[in-house]
Amino acid sequence: MGKILMKGNEAIGEAAIRAGCLNYFAYPITPQSEVAEYLSRRMPEEGGVFLQGESEVAVGYMLFGAAGCGERVFTTSSSPGISLMSEAISYIASAELPVVFVNIVRGGPGLGGILPSQADYFQATKGGGHGDYHLLVMAPASVQEAVEMVMTAFPLAEKYRNPVMILGDGLIGQMMEPVEFSDRLTSKPTNKDDWATNGMDTRKRKDRNLVKTLFLDAGQLEEHNLALKAKYDRMKQEEVRYETYNIDSDYRALIVSYGTMSRVCKTAIDNMKAEGFEAAMIRPQTLFPFPVLPIRQAASKDGCEAVISFELSMGQMVEDVERSVQGKCPVYWHGKAGGEIPTPEEVVDTVKSFVKTK
Amino acid sequence: MAKTYQKPEALSDQPTHYCPGCTHGIIHRLVAEVIDELGIRGQAVGIAPVGCAVLAYNYFTFDFQEAAHGRAPAMATGIKRVRPDLIVFTYQGDGDLASIGMGEIIHAANRGEKFTTIFVNNTVYGMTGGQMAPTTLPGQRTTTSPGGRNVQDVGMPIKIAELLSALQTPAYITRQTVLKPKYIVRAKKAVKKAFQYQMDGRCFSLVEFVSTCPTNWGKTPVEAIQWAEENMLPYYPLGEFKLPD
Amino acid sequence: MSYQHTIDKDRCKGCGLCVSVCPKNVLELSDEVNTMGYFPAYRARPEDCIYCTTCCIMCPDVAITITKDVEESQETDQ
Repeated sequence: MGKILMKGNEAIGEAAIRAGCLNYFAYPITPQSEVAEYLSRRMPEEGGVFLQGESEVAVGYMLFGAAGCGERVFTTSSSPGISLMSEAISYIASAELPVVFVNIVRGGPGLGGILPSQADYFQATKGGGHGDYHLLVMAPASVQEAVEMVMTAFPLAEKYRNPVMILGDGLIGQMMEPVEFSDRLTSKPTNKDDWATNGMDTRKRKDRNLVKTLFLDAGQLEEHNLALKAKYDRMKQEEVRYETYNIDSDYRALIVSYGTMSRVCKTAIDNMKAEGFEAAMIRPQTLFPFPVLPIRQAASKDGCEAVISFELSMGQMVEDVERSVQGKCPVYWHGKAGGEIPTPEEVVDTVKSFVKTK
Repeated sequence: MAKTYQKPEALSDQPTHYCPGCTHGIIHRLVAEVIDELGIRGQAVGIAPVGCAVLAYNYFTFDFQEAAHGRAPAMATGIKRVRPDLIVFTYQGDGDLASIGMGEIIHAANRGEKFTTIFVNNTVYGMTGGQMAPTTLPGQRTTTSPGGRNVQDVGMPIKIAELLSALQTPAYITRQTVLKPKYIVRAKKAVKKAFQYQMDGRCFSLVEFVSTCPTNWGKTPVEAIQWAEENMLPYYPLGEFKLPD
Repeated sequence: MSYQHTIDKDRCKGCGLCVSVCPKNVLELSDEVNTMGYFPAYRARPEDCIYCTTCCIMCPDVAITITKDVEESQETDQ
């Protein structure tokens, strides 16, 4: 096949096409508008649907309609746009529609900035929209990984009949890296005749399908929520993905970090190793479900004196790290907001400061 | 002179939750009759609003989706773009279409999305208890305009059929009513024309219905019909405002 | 050929719209309440009914049905 040098945003667009998703509705927003620009040319080449909606609000519901009638569909946006889509995300999760969202995160809150950030962790994993629901959230740390996660997202969304979100950041969206597209990741859409409103004639059945999220009758809404929870519990059993780095060493500090931040931490770990100081990292690849048990286990190791959550935020994932560690080791947070990224030197200094204070 | 009449197949058996004399029932029936007559029940997808008609899907016997408030035209766009062969319609009230959903309906109409919108204009927000709507008439008392709609403060009522007709993209835009049998017969023809345009892949279509809300107007069904004839028709005139040709 | 005019009295909500539009003044609202608590419409003067279906066209609840009876002699079709 061979590797090509591609901008992250464009690679994400191409990955969706390779995954058999030929329907894209979106609205421009920095730093991900290149996806729409790329697909406005590519989708028609593939006979697919490209539509720039009038707002992210409208786009969220175009996704609902299209997914509701059984077609693979996705969108890309960035933090403020995802906020606008949050109502639709709640509806899509309740209606159990397979939709893939990509958030190329930028600095917030409010209009914020256009530099990379990881400050949408809460929004992605704890809600953003109302009600008891979860997205399956994946976090790539490179353009190649973003491609692979996009291609996995569609079959996962269909397996669980649930929206899936890929949490990228402005750096991954904007930078160019070598990418290889692997055909073996392409998957066929599942049969949706049991629930999709694809027309009675299409299904050759006499009964109609209804896609709704309103359950007014007593007991029905509780039943619905219990069924959703059972699904999320299954995700927690089967879909946790994470990567370890230097975990077999006698590490004195355990770093937990994801996405772009994790790349800086890897360099810092290499630098510390060269000086004779061992630190390890667990890099969550799924933020929901979160790798609770692997982190707890790694934090419990003899000799581990500190767990440090490094984030491009004011401290969001650190709460899940604390919850995972359950007090077996002190948990610290270090981060930078507003698009600033800590250097490897800053990571090294921070790690050593937390270990020294003990 | 003598004729037969039976419930259309596209309408379910379920008695509706609508108030006695509510024009929703008549409009639902017309849509169902047209769907039967055009033979499109197997390709039809309706989109229910948030409003009194939130449960509209219980009254039809074909595929339905339930929209968030105002977003039905966006959902219809999504469906129609990925499955242009399906016959898609949205069914919306004043709040849904003319207030929160104003952006969605204007842009869908302007893009010329080839679905049909049934717009029920009864000058109030029915489901939530009769609050003021963008279509409430000047001086009209509602639960959020207890002194009557003050146009100095909140402006004049919006005429949706005229507003959408100002767009440059071809469309079929008409205003009808179901206040009396003669109007109902005409309205049904308009609904059929609208769906026919969609079947021909021609354009966006919208049928606005001057309608009543007896309960929130504090009137009997018959009084409500009369009030609508006397007060709504002069401001919201009937007719075809835009043809795609 | 005769016509059957049926009002489903438990579907009718007694809104009175059919009564107001009947061209032959056939319909009235009953003073006996139905299972939903409404006073349903009924044909007070059925002999005046011309089966024009105006009441059917007006009814929001599809409570009125008019069917045609096929005469017995026409039923024996070889």
